Amino acid sequence: MTRWDWDYAWEITPGLIQGMLTTILATLLGITVAVILGLFLAIGRRSDRKWISYPLAWIIEFIRSTPLLIQLFFLFYALPLITFIPEPIRFLSPLTALVVGLGVHYACYCSEAYRAGINSVDKGQWEASTSLNLKMTTTWRSVILPQAIPRALPPLGNYFVGMFKDAPQGSAITVAGVLFVARALQSADFRTVEPYTIAGILFLIVSIPAAIFVRSLERRTFYET
Amino acid sequence: MKPDNKRTGASVAMRQVVKAFGENVVLNKLDLDVDPGEVVVIIGPSGSGKTTILRVIMTLERIDEGTIEIDGRHLYHEQKNGVLTPASEKHIRSVRSDISMVFQHFNLFPHMSARENVMLAPMKVKGMTEDEADVQAQELLNKVGLGDKLDHRPSELSGGQKQRVAIARSLAMEPKVMLFDEVTSALDPELVGEVLTVLRELAASGEMTMMMVTHEMGFASEMADRVLMFDRGQILEQGPPDKLFKDPDHERTKTFLRAVLSH
Repeated sequence: MTRWDWDYAWEITPGLIQGMLTTILATLLGITVAVILGLFLAIGRRSDRKWISYPLAWIIEFIRSTPLLIQLFFLFYALPLITFIPEPIRFLSPLTALVVGLGVHYACYCSEAYRAGINSVDKGQWEASTSLNLKMTTTWRSVILPQAIPRALPPLGNYFVGMFKDAPQGSAITVAGVLFVARALQSADFRTVEPYTIAGILFLIVSIPAAIFVRSLERRTFYET
Repeated sequence: MKPDNKRTGASVAMRQVVKAFGENVVLNKLDLDVDPGEVVVIIGPSGSGKTTILRVIMTLERIDEGTIEIDGRHLYHEQKNGVLTPASEKHIRSVRSDISMVFQHFNLFPHMSARENVMLAPMKVKGMTEDEADVQAQELLNKVGLGDKLDHRPSELSGGQKQRVAIARSLAMEPKVMLFDEVTSALDPELVGEVLTVLRELAASGEMTMMMVTHEMGFASEMADRVLMFDRGQILEQGPPDKLFKDPDHERTKTFLRAVLSH
């Protein structure tokens, strides 16, 4: 048994913080992709055109049924082998692959959150929009989404926290996030307790305020019809 | 072509209109002509399909067969080389701009103030500026007696006030045909009067064609040019309110009126 070494702990903290910043960056970029792409997936899934809605439903189900880690491996290791894909898309940097992987994976979950929010909007809102001869795009933008998105915010917030905890999986595809740094320290210095403890503390420092923020979203009052 | 510039509403012509929900034929080869500016009240037992008449005119339900013309223009069809073909969405939108509907449950936009509810469509559909739409919204909300509620959200309004906002919202689109689907049915009895007052003014102005489904027989006999008794997907009988209410031809009409008026 080795005992806790404060000097060593202080020495490795800046590197771990650096790793945490990468993890936070990947999460912020990933959630941005997820909330935007997820919205389009949700709207597309509701399309009257079956050639849009059916494949989307299938793709969402497929992605939700496979682990994130496998999707990351696919993006980083398998994609470059598919030769007919143009090179800039085939060869993704580790961080890009992680952001795309997190973004697409969580977009599928976000789309379900949006879908529930959209479905909870009263059918009369669509009918009133028709009765005012609004265009479909106006109906979505001015009538439906302003009511649906607030209702989708609590689950979206939970996905945000969930993605933050999933982002360290990027270490499997060499993204130098906080877990990657901890693992590197472990194999270089043969010390386990300090790197992982500090990594854990760093996670708490970020995720507790994030969770409080998400709870505050849940307390929002919704529009009464 | 109208002889003067005054808006007088549009005609509605339904020919052999069929609408079925599964096995249930709700409109059974319905023929109905409404003149410009006419006020038509549709009565009939619940489930008789009277609301569906309004809903197919508003394009909330699509018809299975037949044709509907608004102001002489086909709603669901287009003339192509002299042949009637199913209309594009663009064509439907263009004809639909003459029509607006007021609903039983108001269907106001809950995230917008009364003023914003009235302003939205004129700005987005007619391309009005915000200032123009605002002036118009204030005018219309004043007209329905809600000049002091401009910035209230629907949740802060009573049922009667909500319905008057909904009427103002439809009026903002200057429809030639207005459809009213049981607009007082969801209101507390003491709030019905304020909505009927607004409807009376609209009907008296003669500026638009009005088709209403209602159980307000008093209002119907006072304001309607014609009352239609609708039953089993067809018009059972029709006529001026005096005739239809006091001396109906059909036994079913008598039974229905007795049932409605007795409570």
